[in-house]
Amino acid sequence: MDEFLTEAWDARDVIVGGLLQTLSISALSILLGTALGTAVGVGLVYGGLPLRLVARAYADVMRGTPVLVLVLAAFYMPSVLGLHLQPFSAGVLALTLFCGAHIGEIVRGALQAIPRGQSEAAKAVGLTFYGVLLHVLLPQALRSLLPPWINTCVEMVKASTLLSVIGVGELLLRTQEIIGRNFLTLQFYLLAGAVYLVVNFAIERAGKALERRVAFR
Amino acid sequence: MGYTLNFAVVWTNLPRLLGGLLLGLELAVASLAIGTLIGVAGGFLSVGPSRAGRLLASFYVAVVRNTPILVIVLMLYFALPDLGVRLDKEPSFVTALSLYAGAYLTEVFRAGLVSVPPGLSEAGKAIGLTRLGIAVHVVGPVMLRNVLPALGSTFISLFKDTSIAAAIAVPELTFQARRINVESFRVVEAWTVASALYIATCFAIAAALRGLERRFPKF
Repeated sequence: MDEFLTEAWDARDVIVGGLLQTLSISALSILLGTALGTAVGVGLVYGGLPLRLVARAYADVMRGTPVLVLVLAAFYMPSVLGLHLQPFSAGVLALTLFCGAHIGEIVRGALQAIPRGQSEAAKAVGLTFYGVLLHVLLPQALRSLLPPWINTCVEMVKASTLLSVIGVGELLLRTQEIIGRNFLTLQFYLLAGAVYLVVNFAIERAGKALERRVAFR
Repeated sequence: MGYTLNFAVVWTNLPRLLGGLLLGLELAVASLAIGTLIGVAGGFLSVGPSRAGRLLASFYVAVVRNTPILVIVLMLYFALPDLGVRLDKEPSFVTALSLYAGAYLTEVFRAGLVSVPPGLSEAGKAIGLTRLGIAVHVVGPVMLRNVLPALGSTFISLFKDTSIAAAIAVPELTFQARRINVESFRVVEAWTVASALYIATCFAIAAALRGLERRFPKF
């Protein structure tokens, strides 16, 4: 135990650096994925036939492929097509595409759950399509969207570990490097697991607090 | 650009890819089976009368669901030998995925149990069944039918999670695709075919499940 504590103290900068990397990967892909997913969800519900088909194909392909395959494909494929992506960008790209597909389905479900009368009433008072979307539908969708969105955030933090496979120095890869140096395998994997647990627990708690704030009173 | 598609290498390696796909399915089925046992036990515990049991179940679910599957897989494969437990790659991966599945399935079965109307178990009690008899003959079958859709989508995500076994060199589909990628540099072909195989399998499983759900109509 003493040995572990000394080693962990020595490695504190590396671990914190890895954690920061994990957090920025997750935050970036959640932000970009949410923007993409909102567009996909709106396209799935209100788009014309061609747009609906494209959005459906995109969502099905991304949701039918394992994240690790997306990460590896985003890492290896761009370079042969003449595009040079750093591992970090390739990883964030893969996670964003994955996240966008899941959020797209969530937004679709939330939009479809809103009673028809809402958009009819909004149209009746003369709002344009974007006005209806922005002022009537999306604010209502937000409420049912929040719990699955929080879940997706947790999933993205977990999925960020897959970037260790393509050499992005996030928490898991840093942990593996530390283990390679001191062979305290169990201790450092447990430490990494605990850090992920704390991060995800914090996200869940924050999500619950947010849900209470936007709940009907 | 200057990249011309050439699927020849992928076609000659197709048996390997399909073998990898089959291995992935086997890993997923094994993990689903063990995970279901864990999940049923956890589900009954979490709605049961024992406070310790409920705490244990919710602790297990919270810990496992908030830990990345890759961390669990690596921990079991690389760290368990330190404790004197040495498992081969496949059994080690199945153990990890089963533990992971068990946590999600505990939630699934808990929801399934809650959805069974209390009148049914009261009726079971009225005709003189024991508590075990009620669980096995009355509540169990109704719950199973209720959780069938969730069980199916868990199976699909488990199948996708078997790709993670590539990280400990289990020769499943992702591992084989990466091998083609590295050996032949047919990068685009390897990944599009692997991805297409995953998608097709997911769709086939989903279609089979819809058939199954039709055969056992809801109560």
